[in-house]
Amino acid sequence: MNDLDLDVITRALPWLAQGLQYTVQLTCVAALGGTVLGTLLALARLSPRPIVAGLAASYVNLMRSVPLLLVIFWFYFLVPLGLQWLTSAENPPRVGAERSAYVTFILFEAAYFCEIVRAGIASVGAGQQAAARALGLDQAQVLVHVILPQAFRNMLPVLLTQAIILFQDVSLVSLLNVTDFVGAAGKIAQRDGRVVEMYLFVALVYLVLCSMTSALVRRWQRTHSIGQHPETAR
Amino acid sequence: MSMISLEAVSKWYDSFKVLDACTTAIERGEVVVICGPSGSGKSTLIKCINALEPFQQGTILVDGISVGDPQTNLARLRARVGMVFQHFELFPHLSVLANLNLAQVKVLGRTRDVASERSLALLDRVGLRDQAAKFPAQLSGGQQQRVAIARALSMDPIAMLFDEPTSALDPEMIVEVLDVMSTLAQEGMTMLCVTHEMGFARRVANRVIFMDHGTIVEDVAKDAFFDDPSARTARAQTFLSKILQH
Repeated sequence: MNDLDLDVITRALPWLAQGLQYTVQLTCVAALGGTVLGTLLALARLSPRPIVAGLAASYVNLMRSVPLLLVIFWFYFLVPLGLQWLTSAENPPRVGAERSAYVTFILFEAAYFCEIVRAGIASVGAGQQAAARALGLDQAQVLVHVILPQAFRNMLPVLLTQAIILFQDVSLVSLLNVTDFVGAAGKIAQRDGRVVEMYLFVALVYLVLCSMTSALVRRWQRTHSIGQHPETAR
Repeated sequence: MSMISLEAVSKWYDSFKVLDACTTAIERGEVVVICGPSGSGKSTLIKCINALEPFQQGTILVDGISVGDPQTNLARLRARVGMVFQHFELFPHLSVLANLNLAQVKVLGRTRDVASERSLALLDRVGLRDQAAKFPAQLSGGQQQRVAIARALSMDPIAMLFDEPTSALDPEMIVEVLDVMSTLAQEGMTMLCVTHEMGFARRVANRVIFMDHGTIVEDVAKDAFFDDPSARTARAQTFLSKILQH
């Protein structure tokens, strides 16, 4: 430990930046896609039709009971076969680990975001729904203009916390030989025989980025506690 | 034809009967106060009128349109009947002006400019034009309820339903809300108010309905209700003596 070679990090920076870019990109796409799909799942779970609600609940429960690592492998091998079946092609098409990762994370995160959105919708009082309907808004308008804006505001801290977890979980894609941030560092660590430096540096970057986001979440919670409007909370 | 008519309306929550064959009619321009002990079905009754609550038996007609008919476009019907809630239910994420504009734009199809003009005129009427840019949480309870009344009026309703509009307010704020309601009544609005404000009932109402255990026990002209207590049913007498004691 007393002869840390920090130059190895400097030299690897362009390569690491590329990895970090992929990690951030995958996190953002999965968070956004997961939120959209998760919101649809949440609405399905709240549907008065038992079949719709039941199907959505089964999907969410399945995804939440299977380890992420398993889901990653599962989709990596399953998606090409599924596409082959859909297009009735002779050989499974090559999807590629990176694209498979996008699909996997969106579908996996959707299950977690679904439960957050469901709690967010429940946090909006029933009176708001009644008042919006009493004004003649239809069910879709009630959701879009009255319930969801309030639900998202209430659940934003939880959504961001989940996104931080997702940011860390994304490192599992390095097992598919995708060069994310951890993957990039790992490859250099092996090549240059500088495991300690590389993994220390990666940990430091994760620590800084996650602490910064957590600080933002805490700040936001302070100024947006329930019933407070940003204008009055200053 | 009556503005609102109820014919033998009954409603159950599972096996519990909350409304029991309620029959009454509200004429155009009439102000009717509904009172009665808590749990007597008052709020449920008026929520049935704009179909916020379903009912299982009987008929409700609003301006000739059957509320219980599955063919009826309930959203359109609700747009024509204003409703004011006990807890205001302003939309906290929208400014006061946006609260008034939302349904005008989305339901009535007014342009934002036309809607805003109407909204500001109504805020002026309830004395809150200068608060248009604020958010609900920045207003007092009385101010919020006046905004809620203006929001209901922004749809140009043919009738207004009030569900205990003052019971969540501090005493000094009750007056400002009742004043707005009195003015509205004087202007000829058809109003159905669930309230315990017997002073308001005495000054403004044409008729008083007394409910107990889901039934309409009394449905009489205001003067008869207040000036001739001996002619009241025992249940109404007990209720009146309790709430008029203080």
